[in-house]
Amino acid sequence: MQDIIEQLSNTVREAGRERRPLRIQGSGSKSFYGRAVQGTTLDVTPYRGIVSYEPTELVLTARAGTPLTEIEAALAVNRQMLPFEPPHFGAGATLGGCIAAGLSGPRRAYAGAARDYVLGVRMIDGKGDDLRFGGQVMKNVAGYDVSRLMAGSLGTLGVLLEVSLKILPLPAEELTLRFDMAEREALETMNRWAAQPLSLSATCYNDGVLTVRLSGAVAAIKSVRQKLGGEVVQDAASFWHSVREQQHEFFQSAKTLWRLSLPSAAATFNVLESNVAINVSARQLIEWGGALRWLASDASPATIREAAAALGGYATLFRSTTPIAEPFHPLTPPLLIVHQRLKKAFDPHGIFNPGRMYQEL
Amino acid sequence: MKHDLIKQMQTILPSDAVLFEQEDLKPFECDGLSAYRQVPMMVVLPETEAQVRDILLLCRRENVAVVARGAGTGLSGGALPLSDGVLLSLSKFKRIISLDPFARIARVQPGVRNLAISEAAAQHGLYYAPDPSSQIACSIGGNVAENAGGVHCLKYGLTVHNVLKVRAYTMEGELLEIGAESLDTPGYDLLALFTGSEGMLGVITEVTVKLLPKPELAQVVMAAFATVAEAGNAVGEIIAAGIIPAGLEMMDKLSIKAAEDFVHAGYPLDAEAILLCESDGTPEEVADEIARMQAILARCGATSLRTSANEADRLRLWAGRKAAFPAVGRLSPDYYCMDGTIPRRELSHVLKRIDELSKEYGLRVANVFHAGDGNLHPLILYDANQPGEFHRAEELGGKILELCVEVGGTITGEHGVGIEKINQMCAQFKEAELQRFREVKQAFDPSGLLNPGKVIPTLHRCAEHGRMHVHRGQVPFPDIPRL
Repeated sequence: MQDIIEQLSNTVREAGRERRPLRIQGSGSKSFYGRAVQGTTLDVTPYRGIVSYEPTELVLTARAGTPLTEIEAALAVNRQMLPFEPPHFGAGATLGGCIAAGLSGPRRAYAGAARDYVLGVRMIDGKGDDLRFGGQVMKNVAGYDVSRLMAGSLGTLGVLLEVSLKILPLPAEELTLRFDMAEREALETMNRWAAQPLSLSATCYNDGVLTVRLSGAVAAIKSVRQKLGGEVVQDAASFWHSVREQQHEFFQSAKTLWRLSLPSAAATFNVLESNVAINVSARQLIEWGGALRWLASDASPATIREAAAALGGYATLFRSTTPIAEPFHPLTPPLLIVHQRLKKAFDPHGIFNPGRMYQEL
Repeated sequence: MKHDLIKQMQTILPSDAVLFEQEDLKPFECDGLSAYRQVPMMVVLPETEAQVRDILLLCRRENVAVVARGAGTGLSGGALPLSDGVLLSLSKFKRIISLDPFARIARVQPGVRNLAISEAAAQHGLYYAPDPSSQIACSIGGNVAENAGGVHCLKYGLTVHNVLKVRAYTMEGELLEIGAESLDTPGYDLLALFTGSEGMLGVITEVTVKLLPKPELAQVVMAAFATVAEAGNAVGEIIAAGIIPAGLEMMDKLSIKAAEDFVHAGYPLDAEAILLCESDGTPEEVADEIARMQAILARCGATSLRTSANEADRLRLWAGRKAAFPAVGRLSPDYYCMDGTIPRRELSHVLKRIDELSKEYGLRVANVFHAGDGNLHPLILYDANQPGEFHRAEELGGKILELCVEVGGTITGEHGVGIEKINQMCAQFKEAELQRFREVKQAFDPSGLLNPGKVIPTLHRCAEHGRMHVHRGQVPFPDIPRL
């Protein structure tokens, strides 16, 4: 495996000398996400395999090219899981792509995000140096937290080689309940329940139905079930899988899909289209207790971003059948300057996925 | 220059908020690591963001270094002043700006004490989870700067997992709003980078934290073991059974004795190690988890088990652990607290090596251990008045930290690098990695005037590593529990 690292390093050094951009790629499952990158493809899938996994340490280290399915299978044998329930968006999704995209699934609002579980990384920077940040232990405050910075950086700061993650045991019991209610009531309910010890682990609202997953000890789930009422959802695993992987009917029919990250308690999201206020609730799918709202809308990006900002949040143009110009919410000028300087620090020649996140990076 | 700077500061701040007389500066000469002392050139006590900005702009213009300080309880000298620098105290920023029980967030100023947030949230059945043991005194701004931990972080995470947003001013007087009340923000995860950056990237003026529903019930089991290895094994078995205890702590024989003599918690004095295993949640969850932990502990060879019968009993069992530092402090004129983290499987090996090193250096070492997350606090006992003894303690401490790195761990789990462990950074990171750290600092602070000389060693310093000797080890605020 060391020979693969040397090859990758050499490619990076050469690209740096020639100022030739590289398009870092795992399985390509998330190539729809972000701006298009022009560059030579740097395939990281050969660098694969679990490096170390000891269930009692609650830490797993794997190479970036390792398929998520391989990691999840190894964890399942020991009744453990990736707590942030990452979306795959494709059969071959790799650990490197998962961390670089920084996306998390239904459990995120209750268990934490991908970045929360990153303990350490090994990476190649823009000079071709093989570097390690963080480590393989739960608590580590030596130096700046560069490993978490890599989560969600879309490969613009370096080539991830290995990632160490904190993992957690699978809950002893899970139960999914459904409730018929209007959107406003659902938002209110999700926030109210989250303030109580009810063992919530996922929430989803779409088209008049609130679906709630409970995870925990058998006895606890039984007592929460009595408190909440509702109707038990059969085959809940496939429901949550369809939400996570965007195979749910809502996502399938969305031509232009927006990802709104809002404060969970923010009011109903509405946009004006052609000066006509339309109720978009049927064209939304709400997750994370109200903090993540998927929106199918053809309204202009400026309109949607303005409405999201008014509610204290951000809007990402996640998927579209037409080419996406600027997927991500613009940064404020002071933050953009810091971003540019960080980019320069890790990628002085600007060769890693240039423009994938913002044109300036 | 000093005279001129004082005059300019007095145009920004009321005159009683600019301190420059020796007797006024003295209380600020150190933080929680009092062995390092340095009286600053001046202390400024702003109370508005505009004042913070103007102070930074002035210092930037005059090329004067600034060290920010919260409650000053840090244990690694991160807030150690500079003789020619300005110490910027955030102690007047002590207002809880808003607390929204429905959204479960609190916006607070950086000088608000950690425990004060939970106290304000309690009426809504909510609390702020990270609980560093100095929580009655330490401030939230300092918690963010250090990425503070606590006894419950295996289950509830560190500061980085519980903070949503910070407002901070750079040395250039620019306001950065990092993070949001939403769960993610566009761009890089600057909030992760900022948390634990030890006051070197910006001066925090506001923090938004997550509040969690308070568990209905908590209960603790104390288990005694005849060997440290058996206790370590029991920890692994609890995790292997799929349990994430709310707290999972270990103490060795010397710590047990010290704590028992000090607070009479009812610890067994004949045990080589004890474990404290806490469960929290609904009454059903707690009953279930406690029963399972008792069975595992018994199976792993516990010589005695005691489960808290009520809240008073639970607090009594914890009292010994929480008082471990001052208790050990009673055994010896001085002690030096280490903060390494190791993979848990290495515990027996590391404790054996520490014991060998302890004999080799002729100094006793008491060990308290956040066993759940592998964070070890060896306390080296020494007497600073005995010639040469401090140097031996310091050398032994360095050896222990290097041992932690050698087995795959880190030199600091939760206390920070500050000035104290700056040499050991050279053992943990190679030059190219340290250089990236320097450039991260430059990205926020190109002038390098914010808390310079902390955390990241210079190339020269790494070359000189091992030749720096500074007295350290005495913890002020002896009445605050330390974990």
